[in-house]
Amino acid sequence: MKNFTIPQNVAVSDSGFLFLASTGETFNLNEQGTLIYKMLQNGLNNEEIVNQITAEYEISSDLFQKDLDDFLHSLKTFGLVKEL
Amino acid sequence: MKIAVTGLNATDNPGPGVPLIRCLQEDKSLDFTITGLIYDSLEPGIYMDDIAESCHLIPYPSSGLDSLFDRIRQINETEKIDMIIPTLDSELYGFVKIQKRLEDIGIKTYLPGTDMLNIRAKDKLFNFCKSNNINVPKNILVSSVQDLYGITKEFEYPVAVKGIFYDAYIVNNFDEAVTAFKKISSKWGFPVIIQEYIKGSEFNVVALGDGTGGTVGAVAMRKLYITDKGKGWAGVSIEDEPLIEMSKKIIEKIKWRSGMELEYIKSAQTNEYYLLEINPRFPAWVYLSPNTGQNLPAAMVKLAMGEKQEYFTTYKTGIMFVRCSWDLISDVSKLAQISTSGVIYNGK
Repeated sequence: MKNFTIPQNVAVSDSGFLFLASTGETFNLNEQGTLIYKMLQNGLNNEEIVNQITAEYEISSDLFQKDLDDFLHSLKTFGLVKEL
Repeated sequence: MKIAVTGLNATDNPGPGVPLIRCLQEDKSLDFTITGLIYDSLEPGIYMDDIAESCHLIPYPSSGLDSLFDRIRQINETEKIDMIIPTLDSELYGFVKIQKRLEDIGIKTYLPGTDMLNIRAKDKLFNFCKSNNINVPKNILVSSVQDLYGITKEFEYPVAVKGIFYDAYIVNNFDEAVTAFKKISSKWGFPVIIQEYIKGSEFNVVALGDGTGGTVGAVAMRKLYITDKGKGWAGVSIEDEPLIEMSKKIIEKIKWRSGMELEYIKSAQTNEYYLLEINPRFPAWVYLSPNTGQNLPAAMVKLAMGEKQEYFTTYKTGIMFVRCSWDLISDVSKLAQISTSGVIYNGK
């Protein structure tokens, strides 16, 4: 079970605009990215995110897990999320 | 209190005078009026509302120190100046050298000594950094085209070709280096600096040193948009403790007294900061500083006047600036007045 935390130096707007205060970089998330990022902010772990998304959308757990892994990898690369 | 400020050239290569005045205006505890000291009758700050109550032409630094001091003394007879804030690199040596004479006629400054200015000069910075364990790109000083053949002995292309005061070009081969060398040396003289090119992102810090090694305040900024002249046209304040600590260390070593801008590049390869330049005055983006909670120009004025000034420890991150070009409309009589008499009193 993977747990994540959002670094303190990331500012997030409701619209999915991220500002990384340590580098001045900015990022835009789409609707789905914003939804997942908010789940991470609320402390949900990998399994809980998969459960919530697959319950709400017509997508298999395996397929969504792959997309989620890609998304989390990008977030980690840019310093927007840390794995605990 | 009457404060005289230079650098009202708010052009596409902006001087720091206008933003510095705007900083002072943000501090409602300061009671002052501004006199602009200008080199050209078309400096935009002359034509801006509520920037300078009066403006006076002063001679270019190349005219000599006596000429500069005599003109200031003449202006002071009518203006009764309490403090002068020079803001342009090329004039600083002159003002530093006449600061004692200015003090004698009742004009305060808050400037570094010549020794401090020399340490951070672009041709001396490398040695200073090396002896203080501060990361700095390698450089060589060149004074002739012949010297450019030595570039490949020291490092690989591309390299940065920089003037002693202003201008920098990134060049990819010998021919481009020769062109850049000729352009820069004809404008800014010798030596010309050849600097190792480090690929990465640019970061800048605006700071105020108290002259004893202390940092009154420091704000870090990342440029978000850079013009074709290499000027930051938009930027955002960032939180970067290592960058601020590195800046404080430099200020401590130089015992810098005055406003300053430290320019860094963060290597994309190593993620380490390298000091590119120390500019000996507040930058043109200094108006960001009061909006992050550190009004460094106002703090400098208070220190110069012997008033108490708390040292800043924090600032707001995520505060942006975006420059704009804005046409000012004026009657030509204003230009006529400043061109013919060398002085203009706005609103009078």
